[in-house]
Amino acid sequence: MNWVGRSLRRVEDPALLRGQGSFVDDFQSQAAARFVRSPVASGIIRSVSGSAFTAADLDDDGVGEIVCGLDRPDFVKVPQPLLARDRVRYVGEPVAVVVGSTPEEAEDLAERVELDIEALPAVVDLETALADGAPVVHSEASSSNVVVEGAFATPGLRSALTSAHLVVDLEITSRRQCALPLEGRGSCARTETADGRTTLYASVQSPHMVRTGICDVLGFPEVDLRVVAPDVGGAFGQKLPLAREDAVVVWLSRRLGCSVAWVEDRVENLSAAWHSREQRYRLSAGFDADGRLLALDADLICNVGAWSCYPITWGVEPLMALAELPGPYKLREYGVRSRGVSTNTCPTSPYRGVSRPVLTLAAERLMDTAARRLGLDPVEIRHRNLVEDFPHTSPTGLVYDEGSYRPALDAAASQFDMEDFRRRQDAALKSGEPWLGVGVSTFAERTGYGTPAFAARGMSITLGYENVELEMDPSGHLVLRIGASPHGQGLRTSLSQVVADAMGVAPERVKVVCSDTDKTPYGWGSFASRSAVLAGGAAHLAARRLAGQLAQLAAEELEAASEDIVLADGRATVAGTDQGLDVSDLARIAYHQPQRMPAGLGPGLRVQEGYDPAGTFSNACHIAEVEVDPDTGGVKVRRFVVAEDAGKLINPMIVDGQIRGGVAQGIANALFEEIIYDDEGNILTTSLMDFLPPTAAEIPDIGIIHLETITDASVTGAKGLGEGGTIGAPAAVINAVNDAIAHLGVSLNEMPATPERVLAKIRSVPRLGGASIDRAKTL
Amino acid sequence: MFEIAEASKKSPLVLRVNGSQHHVSVEPRRTLADTLRDECGLTGTHLGCEHGVCGACTVLLDGEPVRSCLMFAVQAVGADIRTVEGMAGEDGSLHPLQEAFRTHHGLQCGFCTPGFLMLSEAVLTARADIDDAELREALSSNLCRCTGYQTIIEAVRAVRDGECSA
Repeated sequence: MNWVGRSLRRVEDPALLRGQGSFVDDFQSQAAARFVRSPVASGIIRSVSGSAFTAADLDDDGVGEIVCGLDRPDFVKVPQPLLARDRVRYVGEPVAVVVGSTPEEAEDLAERVELDIEALPAVVDLETALADGAPVVHSEASSSNVVVEGAFATPGLRSALTSAHLVVDLEITSRRQCALPLEGRGSCARTETADGRTTLYASVQSPHMVRTGICDVLGFPEVDLRVVAPDVGGAFGQKLPLAREDAVVVWLSRRLGCSVAWVEDRVENLSAAWHSREQRYRLSAGFDADGRLLALDADLICNVGAWSCYPITWGVEPLMALAELPGPYKLREYGVRSRGVSTNTCPTSPYRGVSRPVLTLAAERLMDTAARRLGLDPVEIRHRNLVEDFPHTSPTGLVYDEGSYRPALDAAASQFDMEDFRRRQDAALKSGEPWLGVGVSTFAERTGYGTPAFAARGMSITLGYENVELEMDPSGHLVLRIGASPHGQGLRTSLSQVVADAMGVAPERVKVVCSDTDKTPYGWGSFASRSAVLAGGAAHLAARRLAGQLAQLAAEELEAASEDIVLADGRATVAGTDQGLDVSDLARIAYHQPQRMPAGLGPGLRVQEGYDPAGTFSNACHIAEVEVDPDTGGVKVRRFVVAEDAGKLINPMIVDGQIRGGVAQGIANALFEEIIYDDEGNILTTSLMDFLPPTAAEIPDIGIIHLETITDASVTGAKGLGEGGTIGAPAAVINAVNDAIAHLGVSLNEMPATPERVLAKIRSVPRLGGASIDRAKTL
Repeated sequence: MFEIAEASKKSPLVLRVNGSQHHVSVEPRRTLADTLRDECGLTGTHLGCEHGVCGACTVLLDGEPVRSCLMFAVQAVGADIRTVEGMAGEDGSLHPLQEAFRTHHGLQCGFCTPGFLMLSEAVLTARADIDDAELREALSSNLCRCTGYQTIIEAVRAVRDGECSA
């Protein structure tokens, strides 16, 4: 019986469905903390009056600062105090913290705290921050707001661009986004008077890393802090970095000797959690007459906000964009400069896909723009450029393992039925109905990467590996303890399937323990589309090893050779015979008759394994159909098709859930969601009525086709795909919007494509006799 | 180090939740959501925005879905309040909607799920034959950040069509 590959219902669900989930806000505490946050974007703190703890109290206690960086000369490293000291650098920055017996009381107390802050000129957007003479956010550490700058060029770039048949120049803009988990951040710390040990319950993606970060800054040994991530109500990257607030909550609990909780409200989440993806790319791409991409020159800037994030750093967006911009395409000549720019805005952290939704948008806009100028079909130009020989080494040295780039494109295009669409599109245009457009997006997603990839970034804290412990108890049941930590994606179910197959037992016999630093080996958590690959790989290796031990024991008991032992259906049998033993009988022997164990084994049945691979690329093709209302600029996504290759699927139902949820966030990024600041750095989008996350009315049903390329780069054959939906969807949607307005001869290279922006493009064209313009003449 | 704010005056009141009487003492400003969670111990009702937008806090008040973050507890006195904790049968069996959400993968992190379950129950009770378009519109009252909605809609459709029973 194979359990991998089956859509088993999730073990996580019953408690969540009954309202018996355990989220951070469900924990009782004796006291509640409320942060007093800066109302100005930049300024000097003159005084804080009222009953509040400030940076001075932290300093008195010898509390340190959050420090991490990249080992590269262009990286500006700025130690971050837990509460703003002397200066504030963005609206929402925590300046002080108050404690009340209830959240309401704490909120009342916070209202009474008066901040005297002398406002200074702020830099908010990229242009202002890069201008000569601009105020510098961290002037003590840097002479400019450029806090990280990477550059790369192949020697033949200039001549390839000069001699190209067609050069496409594009400027791509992504407005600021927010991951917006439905449960905001929060934590609850309890300190035991008996031993002084603290337990932190926190809604985080990486409990082990949080423990290290907090103990480093507060200055006590990690053995005295237990971090537990209970049920996490979504995260998407926003709960990956160490939160200053979580460290303050631990400090308060230890200082006050009571339990202290902090649960952010939605205003805090939107203004002071973490933002992402405010980026602008300037691109020049050279194509030959057949539409083959020959050379790409890129200047990339990312607004990384006021502080670096621990431990990923504020280099993550610009440096990922630099390394991965060529995408799934054959490209020989590549030049790029990529800068991270600090501003007086909320700090940024990785959000599902990090820079890839933007770099995919850039590459896919280049393809469609070139196709239009050369009179090529969007599918055809991609066919001519997609990598087909594997392994493929990109200009920046990334090695792409085998994938199905062209087959995925063909599968999606065939399912979508392009010919039928073009007929409908023409008919709609002629009859005065809303304009229709189709957009294609192909991409490769780097997933499941371990230490080597993070070490190459020069990170002072090098993430990557995952460890597991697998134990069979005396009753023959299994417990798998993992260093990774799920945030709602059903990882416990998937891993039980992986272990069940290797051990020949039903997944119900496998209990997965996670998200508690007291109960699990050190590991990194859920991010970068890695959990199924890394924790799954380690679980698979551990289960194979433990299965080997069981086979050895069975062989001894059954007087057979261990390679003849078959583990299946909870029994160990001698192949080709009916001789066998229940694994529970073998487990009993391992614990209670250890003298019968083969030499070198036992007592007991317990193994540890780690997995630390170089990484594997999944790939996909997304096709979106949209309609554009010429009168309002409103865009509606009518159809969406995904052809996805994530290698071997462990639980197809969970995989499809990741794709659909990811695409929904990608559509949100493409059309609706935007964090907006005014020129003084005041945030204007502090409620869900402003930020506009989409509802069921805006997200269409999503058709999914699976391809399955089995790679040696992952021991289970599974590739990561948690981010893919969000990576591919924006480009598909924006290309579709462009296709819908192409008859006007205009293009739109910015997301979100709000009605205002779309309408501005439509109205930029003098009316040329209505909607009956021949499409072919505009090519 | 910190002063305690003046105690606000609390009033005793009785709420009827899932058929049980809860005697609580709360400030007039206390919302129904906070009271259910903190005073009645029913933490299945979640708070996602406290602006009445996300619907994670949806409960039924005399059968009508309401945002419990936008109501004061005192306004619910005398009403029949239903929360997610009251959905499963007395023998512990899941409600058909709960079964359907599980079968159709209508939840991932589970934070919005109680609100969607209560909303769905109200919608199907009011309109057992609601058509697909109306159902999508009704379910657009609440936000989910994980699923992309399709599987939530499929789950509720399955119950409407009698394809999922407890």
